[in-house]
Amino acid sequence: MARFLQYALTGLSAGSLYALVALGIVLIYRSTRVLNFAHGDVATLGTFVAFALVSQGYSFSVAFAVAVLVGAALSVAFYFGVLIPAQRQGANLLGQVILTLGLALVFQGLIVYQWGAEPDRLPFPLSDSKTWKLGPVFISELSLGTLAAGLVGSVLLYLLVQKTRLGLAMRATSENLQAAQTLGIPTRMVLSVSWAIASVLGVVAGVFLAAALFLDPFFMLDPFLKGFAAAVLGGLNSLPGAIVGGLILGVAESLTGGFLTIHFKNTLAFVIIIVVLLVRPEGLLGHEFKERV
Amino acid sequence: MDLVESYREDLRFARKPLTWLLLGALLAALLALPGYADSSWLVRASVICLYAIGIMGQNILIGYTGQISFGQAGFLAIGAYSFAHLKTLGVPFLLALGAAGLAAGLAGVLVGFPSLRLKGPYLAIATLGFGVAVYQIFANWELLSGGRSGLPVPKLQPAFGLSREVYVYYIYLGLLVVSTVVTYNLISSYVGRAFVAIRDSDIAAEVMGVNLTRYKLLAFAISSFYTGVHGGLFAQFLGHLEPQTFNIAESLTLFVAVIVGGLASVEGSILGAVFVILVPTFFSASRWLVPVLYGLTILVILVFQPLGLAGLWIKTRLYFQLWPFR
Repeated sequence: MARFLQYALTGLSAGSLYALVALGIVLIYRSTRVLNFAHGDVATLGTFVAFALVSQGYSFSVAFAVAVLVGAALSVAFYFGVLIPAQRQGANLLGQVILTLGLALVFQGLIVYQWGAEPDRLPFPLSDSKTWKLGPVFISELSLGTLAAGLVGSVLLYLLVQKTRLGLAMRATSENLQAAQTLGIPTRMVLSVSWAIASVLGVVAGVFLAAALFLDPFFMLDPFLKGFAAAVLGGLNSLPGAIVGGLILGVAESLTGGFLTIHFKNTLAFVIIIVVLLVRPEGLLGHEFKERV
Repeated sequence: MDLVESYREDLRFARKPLTWLLLGALLAALLALPGYADSSWLVRASVICLYAIGIMGQNILIGYTGQISFGQAGFLAIGAYSFAHLKTLGVPFLLALGAAGLAAGLAGVLVGFPSLRLKGPYLAIATLGFGVAVYQIFANWELLSGGRSGLPVPKLQPAFGLSREVYVYYIYLGLLVVSTVVTYNLISSYVGRAFVAIRDSDIAAEVMGVNLTRYKLLAFAISSFYTGVHGGLFAQFLGHLEPQTFNIAESLTLFVAVIVGGLASVEGSILGAVFVILVPTFFSASRWLVPVLYGLTILVILVFQPLGLAGLWIKTRLYFQLWPFR
C-alpha cells in the first residue's frame, strides 16, 4: 500500500506538470481550434533563457520572470507576425497548425545553435534530494514545489478565466468569434493574450521539468507529447479536463512504471490517446463540435 | 489555347507533344546520370528516389484525402523491419519489398479505423501517438529490432555488370517512375476523385454516394503501402537498421517534404523529396540550420505560396505561356 501511495504521489507531481502543458494546449485550441505544435519548443526556449541568465549570475527569480516574459512575447509575436498575415491570405486550420509546426522547427534549430545539443543542468532553488516523510510516503522538495506550481497555475488560470472581465472576453471569443466581434470585444487582443498565457504556462512547466531532468534542446518533446495526451484524455476544449487528464496520465504512468514494466512506461500515454480517441473522441470532460456542410 | 474538349482528354497523362518530349528528355537525363555524376551524387539521387515514393504516398493521404498523419515514421519502421527480416530469411528483393508494403498497408488500415471517427487535429494526434508508440515498441523490443547492435540488412547483389551504386540507382529510379505513373492514374480514377471529394467535405462526399469507410481506409492503406515500400528501400539503402532512425523527426521531415513540395501534387512530392535531401546535404557543416530552414520555408510557403514548389512551377509555366501578357 505504501508503495502504491508513493508511486501515486510521484505520479501526481509529474501529472501536475503535464496538466500545465495540457492547459496551454487547450487554452489555444479552444479559442482558435489551432493545435499548437510549437508549445513545447517555446517552453524549451524560455527554459534556456532562464538557464542562460542564471549562468550569467542573475538570481533565479529574475531569470524565471524574464524567461516567462520571453516565452509570452515570442508567442504574441508569432500570433501577430505570422498567424494573422496567414489568416489574411486565407490559410485554413490545417495551414495554421502547420505554421506552428514550422515555428517549432525554427526554434529547435536556434536552440541547438545557441546552446548546443549537450545536456546541461539548470541550477534550481528546490532540491531533488531533500525529502520529507508524510505518513508512509516520502516527498522531495522538488516534487512538492512542482505540485504547488501546478496547483497555483491552475487556480490562477481558473480565476482569470472565470472571474475577470478579460476571462469573460476570452470565453466569449472561444464560444463564438463573430458574435464576440460584433459585441465589440477586441478579439485579436484577447486571442494574443491567450497565446501569451499558454506560453507562460508552458515555460513554467519547462523550468520545473528542467530541474527534474537534464536540460537539452529536446527535453520538452516527451512532456509536450504527454501534455497532448493529457489534453486529449480530458477533452481538447475543456480547461478542467486538461488538469484531470494530466493528473490521471501522470498517476497511470507512474503506476505502470512501478508495477508493470518500466520499458513501456512512456508508450502508455500514446496507447491512452488512441484508446480515448476511439472510444470517446471528445475526451472525458470535453464536448463535441457539431459540423455542418 | 489550352482547351480541354472531352473528359478523356482531361485524363490524358501529357496533353501536348512538347510535354512528352520534355518528359522523355528528363527521363533520358536521369538514365544517363551515372555517366556524368560522381558516386556521391548518385547515392543522393537514389535517396531522393526512395524518399519521393514515400512522400507521394503521404501526399495521397494528406494532399488528396485531407487526412493528416504525423505517424509516418511508424509505417516507415514497420516497412523497414519487415523488409529487413524477410531479406535476412532469404526472400528475394522485390517480393520482400512488396511484403513490406503490405505489412505497412495493413497497419495503415488499423490506424485508418480511428480516422473514421476523427477529424483534423484529433486525427493528427492519434497518428502522432501511433508513430511514437511504434518507435518505442521497436526501441524496447529487442527481438524485433535486433537489440543494441541493430539489425543488419543483406546487401543487394548487383547484376548486368553494373557497379552496386549504379545498379541501386537504376532500381530505385525504376520504382519511382512506376509509382509516379501509378499515382497519376490512381488520382485521376474514380478512387482519386473520391479522395478529393472526402478532402473537400466528407459529409458532402458521403451524400454524393462516396463510401466513406471504404475510401478513407483505402487512402490509409495505399499511402502506408507506399511508405512501407519507402521503408524497405530505405532499409536496403542503409544496410543497418536502428530504431533511432524512425523517431518523430523522421515523420516531421516527411511532412515538411509534402508541404514544401506542394499538397495534392505528384510532381510536388518529388520536388519535396529533392528539398529534404539536398538541404541537409548542403548544410551538413551547420546542422542546426536545417530545422530552421525547414521551418522558415514552411512559414514562407504557407503565407505566400500555399501550393508549394509545385505551385511555383505552375505559376512560372503560366507566365511563359501567357507571355507577354500577364
